[in-house]
Amino acid sequence: MLTEEEKKEIQKEVKQYPYPAVACIDALKIVQQHRGWISDESVKDIAQVLRISSEEVDSVATFYSRIYRKPVGRNVILICDSVSCMIMGYESLYQYISKKLGISFGGTSSDRRFTLLPISCLGDCDNAPVMIINNDHFNRLTIEKIDELLEHYK
Amino acid sequence: MERPLTKYITPGSIAYNLEDYKKVGGYAGLKKAMKNMTPAEVTSLVKGSNLLGRGGAGFPTGVKWSLVPMNGDDSKPKYLICNADEMEPGTFKDRYLLEGNPHQLIEGMIISAYAIRAEKAYIFLRWAYKKAEAGLRTAINEAYKAGYLGKNILGSGFNLELHVHSSAGRYICGEETALLNSLEGKRALPRTKPPFPAVSGLFGRPTVVNNVETLSWISHIVENGADWFKGLSLTGTGGTKLYGVSGKVKNPGIWELPLGITMRELLEEHAGGMATGHKFRGALPGGASTDFLIEEHLDVKMDFTTVAAAGSRLGTGTMIVLDDKTCPVAFVHNVERFFALESCGWCTPCREGLPWVEKMLASIEEGTGKMEYLDLLKFNAKYMGPGNTFCAHAPGAAEPLQSGLKYFYDDFVEHITGKKCPWK
Repeated sequence: MLTEEEKKEIQKEVKQYPYPAVACIDALKIVQQHRGWISDESVKDIAQVLRISSEEVDSVATFYSRIYRKPVGRNVILICDSVSCMIMGYESLYQYISKKLGISFGGTSSDRRFTLLPISCLGDCDNAPVMIINNDHFNRLTIEKIDELLEHYK
Repeated sequence: MERPLTKYITPGSIAYNLEDYKKVGGYAGLKKAMKNMTPAEVTSLVKGSNLLGRGGAGFPTGVKWSLVPMNGDDSKPKYLICNADEMEPGTFKDRYLLEGNPHQLIEGMIISAYAIRAEKAYIFLRWAYKKAEAGLRTAINEAYKAGYLGKNILGSGFNLELHVHSSAGRYICGEETALLNSLEGKRALPRTKPPFPAVSGLFGRPTVVNNVETLSWISHIVENGADWFKGLSLTGTGGTKLYGVSGKVKNPGIWELPLGITMRELLEEHAGGMATGHKFRGALPGGASTDFLIEEHLDVKMDFTTVAAAGSRLGTGTMIVLDDKTCPVAFVHNVERFFALESCGWCTPCREGLPWVEKMLASIEEGTGKMEYLDLLKFNAKYMGPGNTFCAHAPGAAEPLQSGLKYFYDDFVEHITGKKCPWK
């Protein structure tokens, strides 16, 4: 069941479009904002609000890389693995974080504090390597900076 | 040297607010267009300036606008969309303009919408550009309050609504017809062309999609004219260009320079040359989907036609440098993995070809590749080329692959015969 607040936020988006289904991506983002991810139940609930089939909603949900169809940790670390960051050494950064948290790309730490994912180019290539934690952007990263940085995310 | 687009951008500091922007002549172009020019005159001016699209394809902006039917039913909306879904690996120019001077883009969009009589406009923004999003939303609110957006703009009778749409992540959203599907809330699959978006775009209505850098030019061209714009470039193509360099150079960065400077000037004078202990081996001149150029091309002028004649594309104008301490096979593998992951899966050469290419490259990089893979890679590069696919995604992916095989063939062979990566 969607909360009243979620429904209200979705309806606000629906209003600016010619028909409700246009708000599909907005609706997925709204629900994910509240719950952290999109469950099968959320897919069905969104479909009902937008008056389309849940298969249609799921086809959209599974297409976009920033819609999570599996639960993620409280914080999501996205490490850029594109070519400029590769040249500037993202791999050693990844290995350090992976070892520290005990997870590989796609994994969530057992305390659910972090999920670690790769991300394509973040458009900050002159300051590579780059990563995002939740909505925060970090660049010119070195292994020495990582421990302190992660401390800010509980 | 004039730097019209970036003159008022100071990296690291906050963007100009409306007052600051107006103090340096902001919204004068809008006033001029609204008071003294008809929509047709604006389009014809932009056409005459020969402004080529800065998103990568270099299509003439004025020509794109002139395809929009102007005598149709004005009761139904037409749309203008700013493509701000920057995601081409190695490209970081639109972020610079979006964060640095949002009002410049907004002013350009209002004039452009006026030219095609679009009453609704969207900025399709990369989800990760949070700072840009906050700045744009603030600037849009300021523009509404000042009467530059909304109903009856500057008493002209022209109305415009401007929305920011933050995307949900996928490179293919940058393809203009895929972008339209995404904005309609669907999977971002490209559409068949024709009909072109100018005739049937968002919700089946005439739609123009232009890049951030392209739209940021419009107010300057209206204010200063087509001849001024043409005079800015070194090759007569028109304008300056945001050029970037990333990789192992002394001073990676982004600079606004006359269109047509050489790769050597960009690399040596602006990026400070190669980082100490690193040698230049080649570069993708305009993002991941462009062909490698090598040392013999360093004096090539970086404009659309000259780079094309050298066998590559200007693309986004942001160069990724390959140095001698980076494995060329790993470089090409990284880029092809990106394209394989980002394929929308609609057409066969892209959906099947790219993962196949990626697997072979992974195997070569690990030292388990076979000599026959080299011909298979060439075969795939050709099969994914122009004319065989539904959109430009796979042909773009084929560019660094085919040119990587051409210029670094010996390195590929060494991986296979030596059964390991010489860089590891």
